[in-house]
Formats: sequence, structure tokens, C-alpha cells
Amino acid sequence: MNATATSSNIKVITGNAAAAIAAKLARPEVVAAYPITPQTEVIEQISSFHASGDMDCELITVEGENSAMNAVMAASLAGARVFTASSSWGLVFMYDAVLATAGARAPVVMVNVNRETPGIIAVSSGQQDMISTRDAGWIFLIAENCQEILDLVLQAYRLAEDYDIQLPVMVHYDGFFLSYLSEGVDIPEQETVDQFLSVLESQPRRTVLRPGEKLGVGTHGILGGYMELRHKHVTAMERSKAKFDAIDQEFADIFGRSYGGQLEEYRTEDADMVLLGSGSMCGTIKSVIDEQRDKGNRIGLVKIRMYRPFPHQALVKALKGKKAIGVVDRSLAFGFDGGPIYTELKAFETRLGGAKLVSFIDGIANTDITKTNVEKMIRMTQDLADGKDVPEVTWVSYPEANKDRGGK
Amino acid sequence: MSEVRFHGRGGQGVVTTSKILANAFVRTGQFGASFPMFGFERRGAPVTAFGRFSDRPVKEKTQIYNPNILVVLDPSQKHSSAVFDGLLPGGMLLLNDKKNSGDIRHENLRKLAVVDANGIALEEIGLPIPNTVVVGAFAKMSGLLDIEPVLEALADFFSGKKLDANKVCAKRGFEEVATVDL
Repeated sequence: MNATATSSNIKVITGNAAAAIAAKLARPEVVAAYPITPQTEVIEQISSFHASGDMDCELITVEGENSAMNAVMAASLAGARVFTASSSWGLVFMYDAVLATAGARAPVVMVNVNRETPGIIAVSSGQQDMISTRDAGWIFLIAENCQEILDLVLQAYRLAEDYDIQLPVMVHYDGFFLSYLSEGVDIPEQETVDQFLSVLESQPRRTVLRPGEKLGVGTHGILGGYMELRHKHVTAMERSKAKFDAIDQEFADIFGRSYGGQLEEYRTEDADMVLLGSGSMCGTIKSVIDEQRDKGNRIGLVKIRMYRPFPHQALVKALKGKKAIGVVDRSLAFGFDGGPIYTELKAFETRLGGAKLVSFIDGIANTDITKTNVEKMIRMTQDLADGKDVPEVTWVSYPEANKDRGGK
Repeated sequence: MSEVRFHGRGGQGVVTTSKILANAFVRTGQFGASFPMFGFERRGAPVTAFGRFSDRPVKEKTQIYNPNILVVLDPSQKHSSAVFDGLLPGGMLLLNDKKNSGDIRHENLRKLAVVDANGIALEEIGLPIPNTVVVGAFAKMSGLLDIEPVLEALADFFSGKKLDANKVCAKRGFEEVATVDL
């Protein structure tokens, strides 16, 4: 029980602190950001690192998020490594610059602390901010816990700045559930991070803006080549899938932690049915799976770590042949009978070898995705696998929504 | 795994209590997760925080509905039904109060520990902030931690004279907490 203290560099820190420490370890040259709940602590920590001299960067304390994104985009195009962080309305307020950054292929790395965005001003968790910006042209990665936040930010730099990719990357993590959660995080040595990122220095130099030299960046519709640039964007996105898998493998070799790249598969090998989820809910789902496995229930979890580009090839590979798949969404897609990720997976249903799909909406506006809720989702997905009648979509924490869908 | 719910008021260091304990558990090679109940924190308003402590990795990312340990930093909440909500059979309660008033009962409560954390804190740091006394008392009552990792954990929260004074608080909490079986 009372073991002696270990000598590793594990610190108990919040998800926000993990993001800030990861940014520090990546040695960005320019950081521009504006605070917003539940991201504020990221900026506080970076300001503190900057003030103490632990972080040698240009820190621009802008007057709003739109300036934050414009500042890091411009700095990135001038060749700097950059970082910013936002959430919800902040992400909305920088949206035109978010689009411009993607069009300019500026390798910006930022974290977005997921929070609701609807106009009923919810200062609470949800993935609607992520879903509402999903096709801005950025690579989207999603973390499950504080350690993965730190690790994903480091991996994001390798992906964004890779010569073959050159796309902005947004690392998402659930506000409140992860931003304020304190848990043990293994903080790597600076030298190890430098080594991991040094691969970028051996690649060809990307084109950058230089004073006195003429260079056009970004896409401009009245000029020729727009379609070509859009298509190049799509193909770079597609290339990022295998690249991310490779980076994850290399990360494992150096840091000893592997996550599986685009997807993490948890106890899926012999599973008849699986849940498909993303973010902090996956930890809770894993704990329920562990309990049910002890009782002989063969269930597993597929966790989406890369959400844009949509990892459909990896999903088909992981899910093909399962009897039933329950997709858990923390946001809405209007006009569809189910959540956004469910709807997207539906497009590949014919490749899943007859697997049946069911949609669960939960975790909106800080609604806790409890173990009881997860047990209910597993039970309903099991019923679907057994050929029973199950409503296509269930709002797990809001039974009133299910009355006209034949649900209980 | 121990699932602990902390009840107090803004300004008492409720969330920090949970964080210090998570820190102490991790120092022993175990695992800890700490987080506040989501909402706005204001000085004086009721505050709830959660802690999961285990010898295995803590995967759950939900609030705690069925705690097996309760920690009450605010004596005025000792009879609140919200405090005891969902307490599992065999539960423990650590209470910051001047003394055991002898009237705390709950069908699932088996162990009660009382420490005058406000009194000790006033003597040692001059402020009625009970949290560093409570973490020491928690180690003793739960039997899950020695005092040493708790004292080491405090170094991540305080420095200099404040660290020394708060270490005394934790030690006194460990030594002076009075535990009774119910």
C-alpha cells in the first residue's frame, strides 16, 4: 500500500496545464492568445512561463481571438513555430482567420477546449464548437485524458509542420471534464522533445514570407488554380492519416506511450459489439467495459483520435464484422436522425460487413456521461446485436426526446 | 478504488484538498484524479469536489455519485442530506468541527473522524483555512497514505514559511484527528 515515492517525472496537473507545458516543450517562437473559460488557465500558465523566462517566445496578448489567429497565421507564414488556444465563442470569433489559415496552409498548432456554442450561452462542455468548424480545413485531433493532451500537442507539431502535410492542427479536449481535471502526467525531458521534433529540421524548408520578396499565399478565387489548391488541400489531408499513424509509432519508440494513431482500439479483438466515442467519455466507457468483461460480456471501444480528416478507412478496418456499433455523439447534426459522427459513419455502412449502427446523443451542456448511461448504451447496442428492435437514436440523458421514436 | 467527495465553501480550499491528496497518492506510485463539480466558484458559496484514488490507473471521467468516503470541510453542512447522498455502505466521514457532536448518523456510515481543522489552522497559519489540516487527517483516517507523501505534496502548493506552517498543519491533522467506529 504505502509504496515509497517514485523518481519519475510524473506531476499531478490539470488538462490545461498539460496543454501549456506541451506548448512550452515545443518551443514556439510566437504565441498569441486571448482568455476564455474553460481555456484561460492555458494562457495564464504560458504567461507565467514567459514572465519567468522559461519560455523564450514572442507572447502577444491580443485584444480578441480574431487577432490571435491572424497573428499566429502571419507569424507561421513568416516561418515561425506558433501556438494559440481557444474555446467555443473564441473559436467562433476567430473563424474567418481559422479558414484563412487553412487556405494558406499555415502549420499553426492550437488547442481548443471543447465547450457548447449555442446561443443559450452554455458555459459547459460539449463538442458543438468542434463539429461546427469540422470542415474549416484543419486537422482535428481529440484527447481523452491529461497525458494525451500533452502528447497530442507534441504530435500535432510533427504533423502540422511536416513538409508533406503543411496544414494547421487543432487539438481538442473536453472543457471542464479535462480542462480542470488534475491527474498524473508524465512530463518528458526537454531534450527528448527536441529529439522528437528535430526530424522537422532535416526536411526541406517550407516556403516562407520574407521582407522585400514578393510571394502570394492563401487561395484567391479570382485567380486560376483555385481548384488545384483545393484538391491539394484534400490530398494533403488524406496523406495526414498515414503520417499521423507513423508519428504515433515514432512517439511510442521515444516516449514509450502508443495510442494507435488515428484510432485507439480498446478490447475490440474478440468483441461482438463496440461503442465508438471520442474525448473524455472514452475513459468512462473503458472503465465500464473492464467491469463487464469481468462478467464475460465481450464488448470493446473504438476511440476517434483523428476526427478530420475523417478516418473512414481505419474505422472500416476496426469495425468490419462487428454485430452492432453504438456511436456516442456529444453534439448535434440538424436534419439527420442521429449525431454527427454517427451520420458520418453511416456513409460507410455498406463496407462494415453487415454491422448494425445505433446513435446515442449524450454529454451535451455538461450532462455527465455517467457509468449508468454507458451501461444503458451497451445494453441497447447488445439488444441491436441480438436482433431486437432498438430506436435508431436515443438521447440518453433526456428521455422526453425518445418518446416519439419508440424509445423508453 | 476510493471515491471521495469533498464538501465545503468557496475560500476553504476544497478543490485544493482534493488536488493535494491526488498529488500525494501519485507520489507513492499510486494513481489519483481530482476535479471540481462544474459550476461557478464564489467565496462563501457551497463547493463540491471529487477525488478518485487507486492502485490502478483511474479511467473514469465522471462525477462521483456513490462515494465511499466523504470529507466535510464546512461544519454547517454536517447534517445536509446532499452531503450523504449516495454514500455506499461501510462509508467513512471526515469532518472539520470543534468536536464530535455525537449526533451524526447515517445508515451507511461506519466510521467518523473529527478534527478541529479551523482551530489548528488559526494557530499555525493565522487563517481559518482548514484544507492542509484535513489532508493530514485524511491520511490517518483512511489508512491509505502515510504522512510523508502528504508533506511532500504540499511543496507543490506552498513555499518558504507558508510551506513549513502548512506542513505543521498536516502533521497535526494526522496526529489529532479522532476516529470512532459507528
